[in-house]
Amino acid sequence: MRKVLALLVILTVVASALPALTQDMVELRIRWYNDGNEGEVLRDLLDRFEADNPDISVEIDTVPYSAILENLPLDLAAGEGPDMARVTDLGGLAQYYLDMTPYLSDPAYWEENFGPFLNWKRLGDDDSSIPGFMTQLTITGPFINRTLFEQAGVEVPSDMSDSVSWEEWAAASVAVAEALEIPYPMAMDRSGHRFAGPAISMGAMYFDDMGHPTVMDEGFRNMAEIFVNWHLDGTMHPEMWPLSEGYAGANEEFANAELVFYMSGSWQVGQFSEQIGDAFDWQTVPNPCGPGGCTGMPGGAALVGIGATEHPEEVTRLMEYLASQEVLGEFAARTLFIPAHSGLSASGVDFDTDLQLAKDSLGVFVGQVGTLEQTAFDLQAYAYNRNVFNATRDRLTQAMVGELTLDEAIDRIQDDVDTALAEVSG
Amino acid sequence: MTDISKQTTSFRLLSVIDTLARPILLVLVSAVDRILTPIQRRVGIDRMGYFFVLPNLIIFGIFVLFPMLLNFYYAMTGGTKLFPEDRPFVGLGNFETLFDCEDFLSPNSCQEDLFWRGIFNTTQYVILQVGGIVLFSLATALVLNRRIRARGFFRSVFFYPVLLSPVVVALIWKWVLQYEGVLNAIVEIFGGESRRWLLDTNWAMFWVVFVSVWALMGFYTLILLAGLQSIPPELYEASSIDGANTWQDFRFVTLPLLMPTMFVVLVLSLIRAVQMFDHIFVLTGGGPGTRTQLMVQYIYTTGFSNQIQLFGLSAAASMVLGVSLLVLTLLQLRLGNQSSLS
Repeated sequence: MRKVLALLVILTVVASALPALTQDMVELRIRWYNDGNEGEVLRDLLDRFEADNPDISVEIDTVPYSAILENLPLDLAAGEGPDMARVTDLGGLAQYYLDMTPYLSDPAYWEENFGPFLNWKRLGDDDSSIPGFMTQLTITGPFINRTLFEQAGVEVPSDMSDSVSWEEWAAASVAVAEALEIPYPMAMDRSGHRFAGPAISMGAMYFDDMGHPTVMDEGFRNMAEIFVNWHLDGTMHPEMWPLSEGYAGANEEFANAELVFYMSGSWQVGQFSEQIGDAFDWQTVPNPCGPGGCTGMPGGAALVGIGATEHPEEVTRLMEYLASQEVLGEFAARTLFIPAHSGLSASGVDFDTDLQLAKDSLGVFVGQVGTLEQTAFDLQAYAYNRNVFNATRDRLTQAMVGELTLDEAIDRIQDDVDTALAEVSG
Repeated sequence: MTDISKQTTSFRLLSVIDTLARPILLVLVSAVDRILTPIQRRVGIDRMGYFFVLPNLIIFGIFVLFPMLLNFYYAMTGGTKLFPEDRPFVGLGNFETLFDCEDFLSPNSCQEDLFWRGIFNTTQYVILQVGGIVLFSLATALVLNRRIRARGFFRSVFFYPVLLSPVVVALIWKWVLQYEGVLNAIVEIFGGESRRWLLDTNWAMFWVVFVSVWALMGFYTLILLAGLQSIPPELYEASSIDGANTWQDFRFVTLPLLMPTMFVVLVLSLIRAVQMFDHIFVLTGGGPGTRTQLMVQYIYTTGFSNQIQLFGLSAAASMVLGVSLLVLTLLQLRLGNQSSLS
């Protein structure tokens, strides 16, 4: 009995001392989503950080991507957000970011290495804040199933020419699909961002002389017309755009070799390495060309500090660790993400994969950076670009099913964009 | 062990529990009494009822009434800010935007065409779905009320879909209806041609109605079954003596006595149908295009899923939906009362 009592006393003393021992411990929370294995890699890196910084613990709150797009903005507006978040609506959420400049030990490092991409996370006249860093640079572009081309005896257009048009790719993909009875010749992610690259290649300007977003030009209309018609004649996956709400992808169809040509982006390389491996020869090909160029869209995700955090210094300390060349290089290598860090771009990343297909694919995407049109960069940097992208996605879908004519759809896109922007400025 | 000895053991157990629990209960009752007696003295015994419903009323006020009032306020404001005090007052501006139409029968002529598409789709869906629910639930309940073989099994089978999550239901049916799905496999076995069931604008509405009727009718069947079982069998005996056939039994005995239950089913299914979101969102995403996009999805998209979130417009649309639902429910109740009286 005495022993039990003694044990209870000891436990009580230890329990009462615990808060005193842990009161200096700061807990940081990161709102995060996963495309592939990056959550595991991040956790591993954070464990090392915590070991070296016993006063900070970091929790990753992994949520679906849709929650980053839809719920996070509301949490931030209500002042209820996390300390850090991985975001893709870089400009749209800029008002909520933490400017880490006063806490950074070496702001010049950030300007030097992340400079071109910091503007994507800034609003209006702001040209100096440092809210975070890009966890990855993404480039949109097409994947093809080369094995299917070989089986069908159809030449891969990009083997014969450096400048292949969208129409040529469509014809070749349809030929492969018909020869092998493959259900889907082509597919494009259900996203206005994915559509923007091809539209700019066809000459879409996206901004008028005053810098206001516009889709009222021939280039945009031409791509929209081709795209809608491809859905009607079965060249494009007929269900993906008309039968979805929000984003939809064709990863499954591509991985199951039911799709010849898939317009998506560099973030898929990690997934395809795991899902497909070398089951067939998948390959990234350069973006198709039109009168406006051969461009995809840049993009990416960033890890940003949130202005409402109670621990800006600790957030900055963690950011400095994660954004260091060594750590970010390891993150990129293990996740197969293209780093948006000029030091790493110069030195190159030795991607952690034995799969030559993945390395080749990443090589093509990195090579595409130089072919991106200025309009694509401007559109990516525009704070309300998702407003344009979503209206494009939804209204073109209506044109595909006959609810609107193409011209009505384009008018509606412009109306939607203008109406929403009027609310912002009003 | 015999039944008598089992009962004796039970009584002993109860007696022990009673002995243990009684002092605790007495302490609790005296504690409650100390609190309530002064209150009762102050408010009077007649008003104590209000005091007892107060906790529930407070919860109702916080989670239902307050959001409704807040929604009303949001509907009168514009801009994109979240907090009410930051939002500019626009009066009926949002309602004007919603009702700005050249021709109310042509959504394309309206400024907020998606709102009107939502209204038309919702109306069509509600008529078909509620009609389907009432018809099939009634038919199923009538069959399950008869002395058929494996009646208990069939009652479970029809109720089972109610237990499934709406997302699961929609995913199952999505797999069935997709191009390379089960339905097309069956169609091909019988020599038919595969088709994209959910891509066809007419079939899409049929299937979302079908799936929701399939998923929800078990619940309403159960309610109607309870109603059928509460009809006294003597009435059927009397009608049988009068020489009534099965149809006359149904027409003059079952239907009139089942009418109050039918109205409950009608009101509940109508409210559920107008609020429908989950099944359709997963099954078709509101597509093809906006063919199956209902009002609730419009409200959600406008308020939450766009980059520039138009809370005011979304709140105004939800008020229109709420008022329509209120009018429909009151109309139904009135018709129900008239029917009961007659």
